[in-house]
Amino acid sequence: MKGSRGTRSTVALKILMALSGLAFIGFVLGHMYGNLKAFSGQAAFNEYAEHLRELGEPMLPHSGLLWILRVGLIVALVVHVVTALMLTRRAHAARTQKYAVKKNVASSISSRTMRWGGVTILVFLAWHLLNFTIGKINPATGDTGDAAGDPYSLLVDTFDLWWMTIIYLVAMVALGLHLHHGTWSSIQTLGFTSTAASRARAKAAGWIIAVVVAGGFSLVPLSVLLGIIEK
Amino acid sequence: MNLTLNIWRQANATAQGAMHTYQLGDVSEDMSFLEMLDVLNEQLLAADEDPIAFDHDCREGICGSCDLMINGQAHGPEVTTTCQLHMRSFKDGDNITIEPWRADAFPVIKDLMVDRSAFDRIIQSGGFISANTGSAPEANAAPIQRDKALRAFNMATCIGCGACVAACPNGSASLFMGAKITQLGLLPQGQPERDSRVIGMVGQHDAEGFGGCTNIGECTAACPKEIPLDVISQLNKDLRTAIKNGH
Repeated sequence: MKGSRGTRSTVALKILMALSGLAFIGFVLGHMYGNLKAFSGQAAFNEYAEHLRELGEPMLPHSGLLWILRVGLIVALVVHVVTALMLTRRAHAARTQKYAVKKNVASSISSRTMRWGGVTILVFLAWHLLNFTIGKINPATGDTGDAAGDPYSLLVDTFDLWWMTIIYLVAMVALGLHLHHGTWSSIQTLGFTSTAASRARAKAAGWIIAVVVAGGFSLVPLSVLLGIIEK
Repeated sequence: MNLTLNIWRQANATAQGAMHTYQLGDVSEDMSFLEMLDVLNEQLLAADEDPIAFDHDCREGICGSCDLMINGQAHGPEVTTTCQLHMRSFKDGDNITIEPWRADAFPVIKDLMVDRSAFDRIIQSGGFISANTGSAPEANAAPIQRDKALRAFNMATCIGCGACVAACPNGSASLFMGAKITQLGLLPQGQPERDSRVIGMVGQHDAEGFGGCTNIGECTAACPKEIPLDVISQLNKDLRTAIKNGH
């Protein structure tokens, strides 16, 4: 039985959740930075999109490194969602009789919306992949695949629709809230905040990551809608 | 002052409980919260009704017996134990809801009393040190830095009242475990069992049915001894180290 008690504990589940979450933080930072290429124009953006597929060539086949990263993200997603489900079930079972009156005095809104915020991001992710990766669905023309146009045109067509921009901005609010608590919580779960000063730094990191990622992502759809980025 | 009290009544562990409303007049602001309940119980006894059962012992904030959820806050609106909460924290005409700690690992025994022996079992599964009995050791034989000694003492002030569990939306006892693990982990006497301690305590915590920590901070805000949130980081770090060491 050696090893089983520690690795099956709630704390070990939290550590898995923290590690997969940190992988996502690395991903969204890179993704957000890449998106800003849209400000360099159609040719630069499309070249960047194609370059992602050529990374690692000729050592790796076409799209090789991209698929390695994708598999990593899929594994992280499965770990993150499965541990979330297990911990949520445990938390609900820990208090089956609710309080008639319960006040929250110290917790942030972001910390209390982690579960439903996570579900919101997951639903958004499904549409986002259909929109730009799997289906390349152009919501303006209804075209899919290659007919939807090059990555830059697909992006501009999508965000020229005000309601598409709203959907993406709402998702970025959910992502920002999730990152605000998730960043600090993952650092705490990994045990790097054993003093008041390091706790304050981890909470500050949560704010910075949330604002930089959600803000940086929002720049592109807003700029398209305002006509700063156009075909 | 005159108060309206909504109090959870439950005849025994298996009975179905419900909130009951009581009117209580002539409450002095100098009374402690428990004295206010004593007055209510005297009235109930005079009326030949069953008095309200609630936990209390030292009534000076050091034993950890009293445990009431008052208007949705563990130990009420002040950072202290229920026994050290005074009626001057309330005003005339207030509506006060009093409930027991709600956690499946803390089953209700009667009315506002809950069984917190789950905490004892967590301590029994690791929250101790093995030391030879006999005469006291030489005080200066094991030098301990002053800041470590002070921090260990601060963590040792946990009285095991269970307010952290009561306030936590996940019903987690991580702050309680973290205080003990940090206290013993800071001292040389705590080192031999350091890995087995965290594995044993967390394993028992999970087996008792407490939930996992989501680092939201309600526990530390409710703690009458102001145990800080960083003890949970220490708990996580110790568990990670124990797993790495093959436990």
